[in-house]
Amino acid sequence: MSGKVHLVDTTMRDGSHAVSHSYTEEQVRELAKALDESGVDLIEISHGDGIGGSSINYGFSKTRDMELIREASKVIKHAKLDVLLLPGIGTITDLKEAYNCGARAVRIATHVTEADIAIQHIKAAKEMGMFTVGFLMMCHMASPGKILEQAKIFEENGVDYINLADSAGHLLPHEVQERISLLVKNLNVPVGFHAHNNLGLAVGNSLAAIEAGASYIDGTLRGLGAGAGNCQIEVLAAVLKRAGIENDINLDSIIDAAEKAEKVMQRPQVIDTDSLMLGYAGVYSSFLLHAKRAGEKFGIRTKDILEELGKRGMVGGQEDMIVDVAYQLAQEKK
Amino acid sequence: MGKVKVAIIGPGNIGSDLMYKVMRSDVLEMSYMVGIVESEGIRRARKLGFETSINGVQDILGRDDIKIVFDATSAKAHLAHAPLLKEAGKIAIDMTPAAVGPYVVPCVNLNKLSDTVNFNMVTCGGQATVPIAYAINEAADSSYTEIVSCISSKSAGPGTRANIDEFTETTAKALETVAGADRGKAIIVLNPAEPPLMMTNTIYSLVKNPDEKKITDNVSRIVKEIQKYVPGYKLRTPPIFDGNKVTVIIEVEGAGDFLPKYSGNLDIINAAAVEVAEKIAKERF
Repeated sequence: MSGKVHLVDTTMRDGSHAVSHSYTEEQVRELAKALDESGVDLIEISHGDGIGGSSINYGFSKTRDMELIREASKVIKHAKLDVLLLPGIGTITDLKEAYNCGARAVRIATHVTEADIAIQHIKAAKEMGMFTVGFLMMCHMASPGKILEQAKIFEENGVDYINLADSAGHLLPHEVQERISLLVKNLNVPVGFHAHNNLGLAVGNSLAAIEAGASYIDGTLRGLGAGAGNCQIEVLAAVLKRAGIENDINLDSIIDAAEKAEKVMQRPQVIDTDSLMLGYAGVYSSFLLHAKRAGEKFGIRTKDILEELGKRGMVGGQEDMIVDVAYQLAQEKK
Repeated sequence: MGKVKVAIIGPGNIGSDLMYKVMRSDVLEMSYMVGIVESEGIRRARKLGFETSINGVQDILGRDDIKIVFDATSAKAHLAHAPLLKEAGKIAIDMTPAAVGPYVVPCVNLNKLSDTVNFNMVTCGGQATVPIAYAINEAADSSYTEIVSCISSKSAGPGTRANIDEFTETTAKALETVAGADRGKAIIVLNPAEPPLMMTNTIYSLVKNPDEKKITDNVSRIVKEIQKYVPGYKLRTPPIFDGNKVTVIIEVEGAGDFLPKYSGNLDIINAAAVEVAEKIAKERF
């Protein structure tokens, strides 16, 4: 392990799933200011599925994310204002608008085996002078070797660091370490990690990633995020302090920020049966609330829908298949 | 009347599959395959007994017997080919995103394009979803239509991968201009599962007059229309209603002419292109 660990806050991006994309300008101003003062490196603001994600498939944003980005840019003084972009959902046109609203960093995310669909977006981001991150989702679905091959596509195209996401919260600590350490050993850019807490391992896996050489770690205030949520960032800050791992976070400030985040929460961020199933079956965490809704409409247990999605090998972004599965299961029941 | 001769520019996956589809046609005659380098696709066409050239478009411009030309190259190349083909009096069927001519989706607007000499085939997702979006709009007046296309990673070629924004932007535009939604949005997802998954397409629409029977009837009618030229087109989930929101899910299995059956995305755009060519061959020559 070497050097400083940078914390990336995604309370207003992944956390947006947990509040069904209902953030208001006022909430964003308050949280962005508190996070900026606490010393995080990047503050990510976007629809949960990235800019351009507001849709029937993923849920409409109550306030356009571009407006939220603009509000945040007025209060952020130290951190980089960051957006998420999923090629296939968001476009370069969306990225340019985000830049004009004040975003100066972008994380471009693809399924773990599809890095090459991000090349055009990486190039566009670099041309705008943005801090650019290559982001591989659902990392439990590929071997460490395959992940390295995909990460190299990002590296060749000039990203500033590479982030691995355990989007289903499925990985065990040693599996995180195998993936991170292979990348750290073979890449010349830093490596980061994004955890989900579906199996209760988000903080532990983040610590394991740091031990394996990761230097950027994602987290959210109160763990707010898809499924059982993300790595709880104020808890991680305390853990890093206890472990003596160098970072720029002021623990008191980030604990204050977390108390502010508590006010926006719509439900407790816990590991319920359905979240547990996401982690166990290896299903994309953002499917959770959509599956609960489909389950209610079609009279099917959410757990059964999630298991079937796992069996079918669905990847991030395929929220439409939740309705398909619920419909098919309901037909079978008749 | 004899068959109408066609040429294909671009002997890649799309061009080769088009060749096999044209070979099955009762009204079209596969005649000429054009490339710019010696390649697998050129050799394949030559072996099947067709004329070939590796000098690009110029070798077919003077050939008056060739009436219809499929361009399966790239948007940039088609921008150069389009005026040459027009001047030479040939009908161009553009498989690229160049969009020199109007978008065509055979079962929706082909009969409204009687003077057109350059047809743009939109995108694979557009060919799969615009008909459903159109059927819903005709029945219920769509204020917003959104589609999600999922294709197997193996059937997403380098062209699609290098410019995925073109897919979403072009498809969204066709949902508005061809299908008639006030506003359109398109999403594409690549899935690497093995064995590869069939192409699925979800069409969501927010409508002004949610008449369930009219929408369901219209959708099943248009599905039958598409099945005439894409036999593997299947209604997976018939219209589901949720207030003013309509959801329809479609699956497309390819014909397996040259490409594997899971490449329903490539099959449907090619099948639609051949459908356009056949209609023109019958009506204009």
